Amino acid sequence: MEGQEQLMLVMNNITKRFPGIMANNHVNFALRKGEIHALLGENGAGKSTLMNVLDGIYYPDEGEIVIEGDRVDLRSPLDSMKHGIGMIHQHFMLVDSLSVIENVILGLESQGFYINKKSVAGRIKAIATKYNFRVDPYAKIWQLSVGEQQRVEIIKTLFKGARILILDEPTSVLTPQESEELFGILREMKSEGKSIIFISHKLGEVMSVSDRITVLRKGRLMGTVDTASITERELAKMMIGRDVLFRLERGDIEQGREVLRVEDAQAYNDRGIMALDKLSIAVHGGEIVGVAGVAGNGQVELAECITGLRHLVGGHITVEGIDVTNASPCTLVSAGVNYIPADRLGVGLVPNLSTVENAMLRKYKQKSMRRGTFIDYGAACAYADGLIEKFDIAVPLKNAPVKVLSGGNMQKLLLAREIDENPRLLIAEHPTRGLDVGATEFVRKTLLEQRDHGVAVLLISEDLDEILMVADRIAVMYEGRIVGIVDAHHADIAQIGLMMAGAVGAKT
Amino acid sequence: MNPTFGSILIKVFAGAVESGTILLLPTLGEVLTERSGVLNLGLEGLMLIGAFFGFLGAMKTGNPYVGLLLGMVAAAAAAAIHAFICVTLRGNQTVTGLALSIFGAGLTSFYGDSWVSQRLTIAIKPMAVPVLSQIPVLGPIFFSQDLIVYAAYILVAIFWFLLFKTKVGVNLRAVGENAKAADAMGVNVVGTRYFWTILGGALAGAGGAYITCCIHPYWLNGITSGKGWIAVALVVFAMWNPFNALVGGFLFGSIEALQLQLQAAGTYINSALLSMLPYITTFVVIIVATVIVRVRHVGTPKELGIPYAREEK
Ligand SMILES: Nc1ncnc2c1ncn2[C@@H]1O[C@H](COP(=O)(O)OP(=O)(O)O)[C@@H](O)[C@H]1O
Ligand SMILES: [Mg+2]
Repeated sequence: MEGQEQLMLVMNNITKRFPGIMANNHVNFALRKGEIHALLGENGAGKSTLMNVLDGIYYPDEGEIVIEGDRVDLRSPLDSMKHGIGMIHQHFMLVDSLSVIENVILGLESQGFYINKKSVAGRIKAIATKYNFRVDPYAKIWQLSVGEQQRVEIIKTLFKGARILILDEPTSVLTPQESEELFGILREMKSEGKSIIFISHKLGEVMSVSDRITVLRKGRLMGTVDTASITERELAKMMIGRDVLFRLERGDIEQGREVLRVEDAQAYNDRGIMALDKLSIAVHGGEIVGVAGVAGNGQVELAECITGLRHLVGGHITVEGIDVTNASPCTLVSAGVNYIPADRLGVGLVPNLSTVENAMLRKYKQKSMRRGTFIDYGAACAYADGLIEKFDIAVPLKNAPVKVLSGGNMQKLLLAREIDENPRLLIAEHPTRGLDVGATEFVRKTLLEQRDHGVAVLLISEDLDEILMVADRIAVMYEGRIVGIVDAHHADIAQIGLMMAGAVGAKT
Repeated sequence: MNPTFGSILIKVFAGAVESGTILLLPTLGEVLTERSGVLNLGLEGLMLIGAFFGFLGAMKTGNPYVGLLLGMVAAAAAAAIHAFICVTLRGNQTVTGLALSIFGAGLTSFYGDSWVSQRLTIAIKPMAVPVLSQIPVLGPIFFSQDLIVYAAYILVAIFWFLLFKTKVGVNLRAVGENAKAADAMGVNVVGTRYFWTILGGALAGAGGAYITCCIHPYWLNGITSGKGWIAVALVVFAMWNPFNALVGGFLFGSIEALQLQLQAAGTYINSALLSMLPYITTFVVIIVATVIVRVRHVGTPKELGIPYAREEK
């Protein structure tokens, strides 16, 4: 057991409920002074919730928090700040239209009424220099890259004098190299005696950067271990509850004809900035092409252009040799293009329509679903039942709004509906984001099955491990272009990382 | 040049500053309210409430400044209802604002009926600023006005400074742009929204009371005649900047003054058409401003009209 005096922070028996779910179920957590403590768990394990409790954003239903021996009541982020806690959220808490300076002093009581920009800028630069990075204090947040924004978040917490730093999945938006730089900064902070909580679901980085690891699964504490005394495989088992599949089986099938061809595509994003910069890519029947890249490099726009949801201002798209540039989504669907969008409940499904209605969205115009002008609900129900059975979707009530389904079951329904169309080309955008292991595995297997049936699959994902696991070829996207395509079987992660950062093109 | 023509022009512009101030006060208030993320479409109702209670106060006390103050307090109280529904109950801001407008019109017509056409004996009088009012042309236009006009100039400067140079302003802007981030940094989102919504209401009330305690010192139902709606549009024109609100207010004031002079001069243009001038200009201005906002990515507070709850995903 550890002595009280070296403990920075203790969370005892923390319980936090949300409607229908216990996000934290009597969790204990202890942080030592000057350690990097990783909080590991799958999506939905309750990591962010636990740390939001510590940051005063959520108030726990049960349990107590002790900081340096004193019991504290954290009702707001301000309370936490006063106790030296600073959190860097998964979704940055920055105000886009304000400058770095303004973001840093936001809410600070120590600052006077009038903002002395010069002196604040000086202090920001001093902090940055100390940890060997650079940031322009006068820049507006929207002008900064994601990595730079993260540094602004770090400066913000240090500026407030945080002694306990919480970073919620800080590497999910970074390239492998940027992540390494971040780890350097964290180690530097640790050497100065700061205590750091590092949330992640990636085993590798947790092993490399942390001193101790606490594992959560489905809201429950699985245990706290010394990093030095555990292996990656044991950790994975703690996190998931069973051995994980590190490689998925795949049939050996011959690559078919070219199905999708995108040539010199150009398109603007919602902000009117060129998001696709003469991008070209081809996908053949019977292969999965994984598009890797840091979020915001044009992946969304690429998927939208191919599915007819975004206007191309230049270039061509052909599907099986037919020009479908700027064709309507309807035309594309009949050309055999089907789509699993990232926003499954906004774009993929209609939240307030029932499971049956969502299932028949692609079919309701067909004769078999109609009785004259009217929809044949009997036929629609039978069709939905078929999908539910075939894909093993857990649907409590077929006629209740689809939004009550769990994420995994929504995704299964979406997948079922799209695959039932017998696609020639399947675009899957972050198909496993936020899903539990079971559903994730199911989705990946389904994609592989489609590939084995000769479908061309374009998989867009931020999860490099996922791409390495299922893709045949990996296309790396950077600033609206494909900067390189590598064979997944001989992929070199470091090389891909450099390409993601825009540092190099492909060797091949 | 004909000297009388020059003096007429000066008169027109002096009138423009007066009508401009009626618009400037609610616009300025709404700029601040919207900066905090709360949309208040009830300006017309708030102005009517301010106008009526201002008039009532001035009638009862014989002091138009006391009247003005009462008008502001009454409108602020009505704005507090808006804040309660929109911030605390997280109701629909558009609907609540529209209801507030209708409520203001109804309330003031109901209690105002017995006061219709009664006049104030003592209204707010112009007070020339020493020295400044002697400047040729500018003096008579800008500095031979009443205290309310001067106060409006000063408020523009104060709120501009507050908004862009102080911590209060950073907190205010952050709440309207990204309430979650502001909350995480310890800014009191609810308090901020209440404060600026109520203050915005007080300023709208001041605009209304300025009409009845000074410009037209009598009571008529619906005396604000749509100025509250123009102010809502002016906020977009001003791109949520107090200084632009001043420019916009005076621009519209000029159009109104011009329209009045044209009517008085007996042009052949139908007077109903002339009265439409400010509203037509509103359309034009909104179209232009919307395009500018779109192109330059400035303006609209990102979370305008969106209620905030801490534990929501
Ligand atoms: N504000 C909220 N309202 C309702 N449910 C929530 C909220 N925040 C999180 N949850 C739920 O709590 C569970 C844990 O979520 P979270 O702490 O974000 O997990 P993690 O960060 O480990 O991925 C999830 O099932 C999530 O859907
Ligand atoms: Mg999380």
